[in-house]
Amino acid sequence: MTGFEQLVRRCAGLNADELARWVENRWVLPEREGEGVLFREVDVARVELILEIRRDYAIDEEAMALVLGLLDQVYSLRRQMRRLCDALEMQPPEVREAIREALPPRVGGEPG
Amino acid sequence: MAQSPYEVLGVKPDASADTIRKAYRKLAKQLHPDLNPGKPEAEARFKSVTAAYDLLSDPEKKTRYDRGEIDESGAERPRYSYRPHAEGAEGWKYTPEGEMDVGDLDDILSMFGRGGGSRRPGGQTFQMPGGDRLFSLIIDFVEGATGGKKRLQLSPDESLDVTIPPGIEDGQVLRLKGKGSPGFGGGPPGDALIEVHVAPHPFFRRDGDDIRVELPVSLAEAVLGARVPVPTVTGPVTMTIPTGSDTGTQLRLRGKGIHRRRGGRTIEGDQYVTLKVVIGSPDDPDLANFLENWSKRNATDPRATLQGSTAS
Repeated sequence: MTGFEQLVRRCAGLNADELARWVENRWVLPEREGEGVLFREVDVARVELILEIRRDYAIDEEAMALVLGLLDQVYSLRRQMRRLCDALEMQPPEVREAIREALPPRVGGEPG
Repeated sequence: MAQSPYEVLGVKPDASADTIRKAYRKLAKQLHPDLNPGKPEAEARFKSVTAAYDLLSDPEKKTRYDRGEIDESGAERPRYSYRPHAEGAEGWKYTPEGEMDVGDLDDILSMFGRGGGSRRPGGQTFQMPGGDRLFSLIIDFVEGATGGKKRLQLSPDESLDVTIPPGIEDGQVLRLKGKGSPGFGGGPPGDALIEVHVAPHPFFRRDGDDIRVELPVSLAEAVLGARVPVPTVTGPVTMTIPTGSDTGTQLRLRGKGIHRRRGGRTIEGDQYVTLKVVIGSPDDPDLANFLENWSKRNATDPRATLQGSTAS
């Protein structure tokens, strides 16, 4: 868990106003802790990701909202996909085989 | 938490190299151990000032520090990759709004607008459209030109009647609605997708909506004219070869090409017939005899058009 000031110090190129704005925009969701906030590892990684995207791709804040929205959708899908895959793994072989056969071919695949 | 090297030297993060050097010199003079004997905190600060200046005076290290790649002691910083966090249990709180309810299978399936596998509290039942099935079908040239019905045998007890539209192109895909895999839970069936391959023809050729064919004619037919049978995609027709024709003469049979419906109208292509004179019996002594006399009086050069275009 990392405090607000600590995170600002830790991340070169991040200032307190920006971080406060990102929290307000709900780009980063730290936990409330008394008067202040605490960042979990996922939040710290996300702050570093935002900084990296901004620096490496020169993305401004409006475009960042779009980028984050899309990223969140992708990761949401990947988490759900992972849950489904985990559930599939636990099925007996015949169930997995039946699912494999029921998978519709991808368009553009071999004629079947 | 350690101070950043900028804080240690008391300069702003965007300070110039010159400002950094001046700040370092000032502090180093103040804190030098020889000038501060018996003051351990001054010695400790002197060390950290020196370390900070070591880092900030080296352009490469400074850049790496500014990018967050190394920490204030110059050690590699662990890279916090976002992906393992985002895909882990912690990532759920960044699920986009409106997708927050991620409880059971129904919620996963509903991401694609398909409802759940069992009756939901809302009363909808899970339905899923069936998948598409892909087939390929080879037809001959004339079938492709005129269109028609074709039966596709899928298995010994399942067949599909496919209507081929006139003028279908090679590789065109026909979609038969509802002839794919059955749906799930009362969902609609998928479609059958049929990729049609049109085999080439020994003498017909497609040219858009027109058909082209090369027609052999005898020397007599070309010179004297004749009425000869010509194959078309809808059967043979009789065509007049005009008197004085030659190899390469092109004749048009109007409306004998591909008839295609487009936008409620029928578009009629033509058939183009290109004549090719064949002598037939070149070893005929009468013909040889005749030509010997005839060519003496009619000296023509059939290769006149080749002159000048190549080096002789």
